Amino acid sequence: MRTVIFRAFAPFITALMVLFSFFVLLRGHNEPGGGFIGGLIAASALAIYGISAGVAPARRALKVHPMSIAGFGLLLAAVSGLLSLFKAQAYMTSQWAAVHVFGVQVDLSTPMFFDIGVYLVVVGAIGSIALALEERESD
Amino acid sequence: MTPAAPDMTILAVLAPFAAAAIAPFAVRILKHNAAWPLAIVPFLIFVHFAGYLAGVSAGETYTIARDWVPQYNVSLSFFIDGLSTLFALLISGIGTFIILYAGGYLKGHPQQGRFFSFLFLFMGAMLGLVTADNLITLFIFWELTSITSFLLIGFDHLRAASRRAALQALLVTGGGGLALLAGFLLIIHATGQTEMSAVLTSGDTLRNSALYLPIFLLVLGGAFTKSAQFPFHFWLPNAMEAPTPVSAFLHSATMVKAGVYLLMRVHPVLGGTELWTTVLPVFGGITLLVGTILAVRQTDLKLMLAYTTVASLGLLVMLTGTSSDRALEGAVLYLFAHSLFKGALFMVAGTIDHEAGTRDVTKLGGLRKAMPITFAAAALAGLSMAGLPPFIGFIAKEVLYYGTWGLPQGALALTIVAVIGNALMLVIAAGVAVKPFFGPETHTPKHAHEGPVLLWAGPVALSLAGLAAALMANTTGALFIGPMLSSLKGVQTTVELVLIPPYISAPLILSIITVALGVVLFLQLDRLRGLIATILATIGWGPDRGFDQVVAAIVRVSAALTRVLQGGKMQTYMMLTFAMTGAALLLPQVLTGSFPAVPAWPEFRFYEWAVILIAVMGLVAVLLAKTRLTAIISLGIQGFAVATLFMLFGAPDLSFTQFMIETLSVVVLALVMTRLNLSPRDHRPLGSKIVTGVIAASVGAGFALTLMAITQQPFDARLSEFFAEFSRPIAHGRNIVNVIIVDYRGFDTLGEIAVVVLTGLAVLGLIRVKTKSDKAEPAQKTTRAAKAAQKTVEAR
Repeated sequence: MRTVIFRAFAPFITALMVLFSFFVLLRGHNEPGGGFIGGLIAASALAIYGISAGVAPARRALKVHPMSIAGFGLLLAAVSGLLSLFKAQAYMTSQWAAVHVFGVQVDLSTPMFFDIGVYLVVVGAIGSIALALEERESD
Repeated sequence: MTPAAPDMTILAVLAPFAAAAIAPFAVRILKHNAAWPLAIVPFLIFVHFAGYLAGVSAGETYTIARDWVPQYNVSLSFFIDGLSTLFALLISGIGTFIILYAGGYLKGHPQQGRFFSFLFLFMGAMLGLVTADNLITLFIFWELTSITSFLLIGFDHLRAASRRAALQALLVTGGGGLALLAGFLLIIHATGQTEMSAVLTSGDTLRNSALYLPIFLLVLGGAFTKSAQFPFHFWLPNAMEAPTPVSAFLHSATMVKAGVYLLMRVHPVLGGTELWTTVLPVFGGITLLVGTILAVRQTDLKLMLAYTTVASLGLLVMLTGTSSDRALEGAVLYLFAHSLFKGALFMVAGTIDHEAGTRDVTKLGGLRKAMPITFAAAALAGLSMAGLPPFIGFIAKEVLYYGTWGLPQGALALTIVAVIGNALMLVIAAGVAVKPFFGPETHTPKHAHEGPVLLWAGPVALSLAGLAAALMANTTGALFIGPMLSSLKGVQTTVELVLIPPYISAPLILSIITVALGVVLFLQLDRLRGLIATILATIGWGPDRGFDQVVAAIVRVSAALTRVLQGGKMQTYMMLTFAMTGAALLLPQVLTGSFPAVPAWPEFRFYEWAVILIAVMGLVAVLLAKTRLTAIISLGIQGFAVATLFMLFGAPDLSFTQFMIETLSVVVLALVMTRLNLSPRDHRPLGSKIVTGVIAASVGAGFALTLMAITQQPFDARLSEFFAEFSRPIAHGRNIVNVIIVDYRGFDTLGEIAVVVLTGLAVLGLIRVKTKSDKAEPAQKTTRAAKAAQKTVEAR
């Protein structure tokens, strides 16, 4: 499957897909998208990079094991719900804050961090399965 | 209206459980002398329940209740009447001496603390059982006695025989308990009452109920297994694997009598019917004969006593089954007498074993001089067991002969059974209480001498109680027997007992015949043993071996089932899963014939038709595909078409997800296929393909029909309206789907992503499982990996 064309284009496709996955993740609260779909897109990107360039480079590019990403995502999602406890509200009651950066209002919220957690879990878990399955092919 | 019992009663019933928690620490500090302070607990319980005697004998009953699980009408409620009072007194009174005895018997045993704990738990379970009012509570205590006796019988858990006996007792009595639960549920259903005290007032309702037969059989199942009635009698002698204090307690006051207690308890509402007066006497009579005959064959003191317990329980069931006034009185008296002499004799047997080193009656003799106190206690208890005056056993025997002799039907048969049983009982009594102490002194493994006070206090007290109860027959009748008989008959009764029969009557003559027969049989004991052994050898097969065969069969069947269902073949798992899914979806609709109506064909636009056409083409391509890879990709086409449909019908989130899932599943399936080194084609025979096809079609049809049925229900829009209205103001999001996922139902999602992580870990684990061939050539593998790495470097 590793044709020259695929190998040449795969890094760009991957980069685009990852970027797109961030976009899908962040727009999710108001438009179609969200952590789960974003995570699937990013996992596909990872799989494509693994198929084109090989699993070892894909793992090197990630720096950490994809399962650690998933674990971190789960932790992030769980911790994001804790913030409400400081306001004496039930676990996972959403908290909102507006921050102005260079005159642009940015809404920060606990559901957003929760969604990022979902995203990381999906990328990590699906990505590590895909990479592990590809691994046999390369040896 | 029944007056409320004092709160203390709940404390009294629960006190043994507290003592169980303390016992190990007490033993750590005081060693075996911990028995003295620990015995105070059952003694205080005894005193507490003795306080009820005056009221109960005046015809009062007491109830006390605390909410437990009020939603299901389960309450921690207790009911005190003559029956429960006498049982509670026996349990706590004999329990006091058992605790003392256990202190001496297991002196220096490393697990003595644990033993005390188990013993107290057992005591608590029994106390709860005999005083419980709520039927469910009664059942819980009932099963608790099974579990605690399992712990006690298997106390010496390093021996295989102990473990087998414990398991056997648990399976038999626990299984019977489940039958009892079913019976109780039916009783609750039939009477609408959950409290025993209330059920007792609805006797006619129950007897005339259509459910009477199942209730009768189920309750009997519980009672017969617990009280070791034929053909469930085999577990009880095996339970002799337990340390002797347990045997003494088990046989005299507790668990094995629970079945009799239950029969006596339900007698006012279930008894008196033709079924009751036939089944119970027959099985009780058989048990009596089987028990005594098997007892005569034994030479082990404990086993002799164990089989006579089986026999005595048979006698009790037989008498309870007659439902005649005098026979019931005999049953109550005999139960009382039996508890006293059996408890004492078991402790004596244990003491002999402890001090002389053997329980084999053929190796024992002349212990009278070495162990005078034990001998005295054994003699008193043995005389009571033999039914000789002036002991309570004699009065019991007289009254029960009155009962059987005076029966309207079956009088002769039951009387003959009772006479033979009692004669053989006398033989055993002589064997246990006389044989080891008289005759020439034999050489025993240990040098026999009198045991410490802890060991003889119990037998002496219990055997003297048997004597005193007879000498003060009037008081015994008024305080213990009368109230209990009132409970059995459901009406207030007074009992007058006399020690010396005022005139020569049929029972007295029967007694004399019994004694004469017993003495003759005792003199011919060796010949009798030989005869019984020969008969048993020709029969060969018994329920005990049957139990082993049943257990072995269960193991074999489950092993075979596991081989079929979990053979490690993925194909089987998938087939079973999908076949079950298809059946679960289709069968209800087929059986009830409630298929959904075929919906009207909607108007589609041309591009919608195009998408549907693509989906169908994808499906056809899957079926016609020559290679697996083509099939996988074709399946992807079908999935993409469905995703497009979602998009066209206004579900962008769903379609987005579907696109990604389809892409990834094609990638993952292709990777799995290459990994498993599957051949590119599917080489299965046609038959197997057809089976798979049928299963697939049934699952598909099942889902389609179910979805059609659901969509034809009127749509409940409350939730959608709620989310549409409040997503923006509450959760600051316009995308309802995402708002639900991350906000309204965030906790669900947290659980789901945790599952995703775990699945990922599990899949990684599965992928890394090394097959044998992989391990065989690790060297080659590393070189191959190195080559691959080199290749990728070159490729860059």
